[in-house]
Amino acid sequence: MCGMDNPVTIAFMRLMTFDSDILIVGGGLNGPALALPLAQKGFSVTVIDALSETVRKNAAFDGRAYALALASKRLLERIGIWARVAEHSQPMLEIKASDGRAGQGPAPFFLHFDAAEIEEGPMGFMLEDRFLRRAFLEAMAGEPRIAQVEDRVEAQEVDASGVTLTLASGKTLRGRLLVGCDGRQSGTASRAGIKRTGWDYGQTALVCAIEHERPHHGIAHQFFMPHGPLAILPLPGNVSSIVWSETHDVAAEINALSDADYLEVLRPRFGDFLGEIRLKGKRFTYPLNLTIAHAFVADRLALIGDAAHGMHPIAGQGLNAGLRDVGALVDVLDHAVRRGEDFASASVLARYQEWRRFDTQTLAMATDLTNKMFSNDNPLLRLARDFGMGVVNAVPGLRRGFIREAAGLTGELPELMR
Amino acid sequence: MQPAESTVDPAEVAKFEAMAAEWWDPDGKFKPLHMLNPCRLDYITNQIAGEFGRELDAPGPFEGLRLLDIGCGGGLLSEPMARLGATVVGADAAPRNIPVAQVHAEQSGLEIDYRNVTAEALAAAGEKFDVVLNMEVVEHVADPLAYLTACRQLLKPGGLHICSTINRNPKSFAMAIVGAEYVMRWLPKGTHEWNKFITPDELFSLLEQAGLRPVDRKGFVFNPISWRWSVSDRDLSVNYVTASVNPA
Repeated sequence: MCGMDNPVTIAFMRLMTFDSDILIVGGGLNGPALALPLAQKGFSVTVIDALSETVRKNAAFDGRAYALALASKRLLERIGIWARVAEHSQPMLEIKASDGRAGQGPAPFFLHFDAAEIEEGPMGFMLEDRFLRRAFLEAMAGEPRIAQVEDRVEAQEVDASGVTLTLASGKTLRGRLLVGCDGRQSGTASRAGIKRTGWDYGQTALVCAIEHERPHHGIAHQFFMPHGPLAILPLPGNVSSIVWSETHDVAAEINALSDADYLEVLRPRFGDFLGEIRLKGKRFTYPLNLTIAHAFVADRLALIGDAAHGMHPIAGQGLNAGLRDVGALVDVLDHAVRRGEDFASASVLARYQEWRRFDTQTLAMATDLTNKMFSNDNPLLRLARDFGMGVVNAVPGLRRGFIREAAGLTGELPELMR
Repeated sequence: MQPAESTVDPAEVAKFEAMAAEWWDPDGKFKPLHMLNPCRLDYITNQIAGEFGRELDAPGPFEGLRLLDIGCGGGLLSEPMARLGATVVGADAAPRNIPVAQVHAEQSGLEIDYRNVTAEALAAAGEKFDVVLNMEVVEHVADPLAYLTACRQLLKPGGLHICSTINRNPKSFAMAIVGAEYVMRWLPKGTHEWNKFITPDELFSLLEQAGLRPVDRKGFVFNPISWRWSVSDRDLSVNYVTASVNPA
């Protein structure tokens, strides 16, 4: 006989009791984006973040913004976030990419992507970071299946039935599956012994927002400059987000300048088509490096977003790739539950890894290659890429292909993005 | 417990006993079954939902259904069925599979009645089920008609019988024996004997002779590009599955 007071039975009962089906470490963007659809599908979820909700919610305008691909916008619509941020978004109606040289303006050949060429509508939307974060926090607060815990993870232990997290407060949390959304230095990944490969681009991205005299008409610009790309991305009103890459040394010099001198350096890089410009909000720098986890899954554990693949933000692909992870993982887990499978089992998680690893490696390589090819002042290479851009521009089918790629409509799409 | 009258070929049971311990490792010896499993489960769950009017989105969609999983092995089908709410009996003729399956069900927090018993013995004992799963077994039995008759006897009137096996043609020989056993090393050599394979028409005829009414057949097709299995309406050339009901 084994009664309820038998120590073995008690230990067993504890193993079979779960605080939540799914424990998500990281309450930034991908964590909430994953928590919401999982809760909507019936999973109970706990989101753990060291920062308090108040700190995360009350951010003022700081100039950080995302270029959301159409597929990402669809996912945000499905999980009830888009309605909360739509009024703050700016559709990207056209993308103009051209080869540029400091002080000389755009080259005669350029790529022009017009959203009117694909039936799905604008290929993307610009949205400030603060509106997205706030919408996620508000939506999570209204979802009874989501619990939020303000704490730091100290240890994680996996056994045959689940995962136990020990938090800095000494509290423990038990779930069936652990998801690491804790960024490119993911503690979840390192505690699981997952190694990473990273490489440095030798570049730093300078990020700021500008107010300009003339309207942007919803057009995004990307200039491929010898030191690195410069993107001008339209925000609502006469405001644009600037992402600008330079070698580490040059970036450090520029960043040390006063606002006025900073603008003097920036101004000649994209000409005067927006009229007078002035800085709005803070300036940021991000060293550009790529880091890929050797595995996206381990026993009862999955990694999403930068925790799996930290990417060069050359075309705003970081968040878009993270949301694709979200869509894929939700698909895989939901289908597993409907089949009666253990959704945290190795064979189920392997399907998520297989789906996302190919996509992200392709994207990381393409982004890296694009950057290397364009961040170069070799006259032959310059002629070749100018010619190449002219060809893509002249062939409508090819151009539509690029537009669909930019809109995130290629590859195997998760249900939430269709 | 050794049943007196059994159609299980003892040599076949010994082969599977030797493979029993690694059931739940998706990259282990049973990798091909783990790869095929989502596809099998999709077919099984949709057939049961259709036959008994259940919604797969609802919690515990198979509650109230008594289900028998013949040749349950490590419980790769029994566990999902129990998780969906069915009352499951997992039967296996290999005694070593039973403790393996029991230990795993406990780890999964599931209650499953695993028994070292044959379908014939269960039928003789008068056990009745709403659903009988008979997956990748019929190609290993000595007398398919006697075996399928026992399966029919195990069903309540209106009960559902799902049976999958491997077709017999040059392609299935190439894929299931040369490919899976020799080239890919997915299965130990000698797992299958090609002359025991059954064509879909032969199986339909055997099911009818056993007193069942066949209602559906589909193929399980492996795509070597995507490295995935899928259910096919047309391609039954290698692995295939049938659904039949007990009209009595």
